[in-house]
Amino acid sequence: MLILLGVAVIVVGFAVRLNPLLVVLLAAMTSGWFAGLSPLQVLAAFGHAFNENRFVTSAYLVLPLVGMLERAGVRERAAAIIATSRGVTAGRFLISYMALRQATSAVGLATIAGQTQTVRPLIAPMAEAATEVRDGPPAPETRYLVRAMAAATDNIAVFFSEDVFVAMGSVLLVVSFLTTSKIVIDPLRISVWSIPTALAAFAIHGARLLLFDRRLARSTKA
Amino acid sequence: MIKLGFVYVLAGLMYAAFALLSATDRVNRKRWGNALFWGLVAVSFLAGDRLGDLGNGVLVLGLALIAGFGFLGRGQPATTSPAERTGLAEQFGNRLFLPALMLPLVVAIGVLLLKPVQIGGVPLMDPKQATLISLALAVIVGLALALALLRQPWASPLQEGRRLADTIGWAALLPQFLAALGAVFALAGVGKAIGLLTSTYLPVDTRLAAVSVYCVGMAAFTMLMGNAFAAFPVLTGGIALPILVGHFGGNPAVIGSIGMLSGFCGTLMTPLAANFNLVPSALLELPDRYAVIKAQIPTALLMLIVNVVLMYVLAFRP
Repeated sequence: MLILLGVAVIVVGFAVRLNPLLVVLLAAMTSGWFAGLSPLQVLAAFGHAFNENRFVTSAYLVLPLVGMLERAGVRERAAAIIATSRGVTAGRFLISYMALRQATSAVGLATIAGQTQTVRPLIAPMAEAATEVRDGPPAPETRYLVRAMAAATDNIAVFFSEDVFVAMGSVLLVVSFLTTSKIVIDPLRISVWSIPTALAAFAIHGARLLLFDRRLARSTKA
Repeated sequence: MIKLGFVYVLAGLMYAAFALLSATDRVNRKRWGNALFWGLVAVSFLAGDRLGDLGNGVLVLGLALIAGFGFLGRGQPATTSPAERTGLAEQFGNRLFLPALMLPLVVAIGVLLLKPVQIGGVPLMDPKQATLISLALAVIVGLALALALLRQPWASPLQEGRRLADTIGWAALLPQFLAALGAVFALAGVGKAIGLLTSTYLPVDTRLAAVSVYCVGMAAFTMLMGNAFAAFPVLTGGIALPILVGHFGGNPAVIGSIGMLSGFCGTLMTPLAANFNLVPSALLELPDRYAVIKAQIPTALLMLIVNVVLMYVLAFRP
């Protein structure tokens, strides 16, 4: 059970906000040590897995394109479009983004948008501009809240609707695990049973976004 | 056949350019730290397969030490001022969105249309990596279009990319670090130990208690491991199959599906799911590292309750 101290290192390290890269390496060393591995063995195992997982960090290939568009004013343009629309609020804007993101993820297009390529250059500035339309220039704290909510909405929309698509990795994992346990199931049935959760996510997060609008209105009046 | 190696070479060259441009950035007092950090990432992408396991381990140690001891600064490449950007936004109008639209468009074309294409029996692209390969192609198409339409300096994609990479900083590497930690944890048997504790000491004697333990366990275990995929086999094998399916006769399709979605509630609440939760905080320049998680927690907790109710209602219909 001492190998679980690695998990404890993660929890404490993240809680006291040490640099996470160091915390992760220390956690690996701790669990490895109690599993009977030498530090060099752990370092080699970590290095091997790091090399195998390079695809995770290759997604930043979008940075040059996003950066150049920002240089040419894409965020300002996105905000300007919102500023000229009537009746728009941060919450309502994010609800429509959520609907679009859920619908496209459900047909297998979860990767067409994301935090780097969509939320930073387009969705966050548009949500901030929407706040400004109704309530005037927001205080910095309000700006941060709106941005965080934009990022959260993207995650929530994708997480609870990507499983509606049959060929999603998580659906296939469920199917293959059940198969190894001698339960054979068509992936479509896994997908179908994820639809109620997808609808509930839209209702719950949508309601939160409407409440978020009211909170924003109050915070600017106060 | 286009393989993942193509994406890695492209990424390696990009990070190498970030390193070189960082080294020449005299405004950044920590420019050598940045140059070394992005340089190591470039080496990993260009030569990682030739370094050996321990070599890669030493590279990782280097990255962690540079980040952990504060040698990473933030480059400030010359860019347009806010006023200039507003002017450019008016001048270009909606044309600005065309290159951005290439990303979803080309990725969708790649995943839906090009993935099944075969030339002489050989697939055009490695089907398992179709998304990343399509994304790389989409970036090339988008950049070409942006350079033609927006007439920005030729070096600007790399300089602006470096500006964003420095904004994200060490958080950019955290998801890959955590993936590697997952592998070491698996080697040490951490998942099995937690699964054993959960299935041994928690009450599962009524149907509602068992459903709650499984769903909440999926969320909690996912928070500790940083991803629902690691939690699913352990808890489904430990609780769902023997008790919910075996003892109470539940429908395995409903249980598996909603069990996974309960895990996703945990993903929304843990800093270990760094690419979803911590990278956006850095990208959006939020002073609180955990601001995105805090925005997600209320929805995640409500969705966990919803999942328990849905599983309880849907899985045991006659």
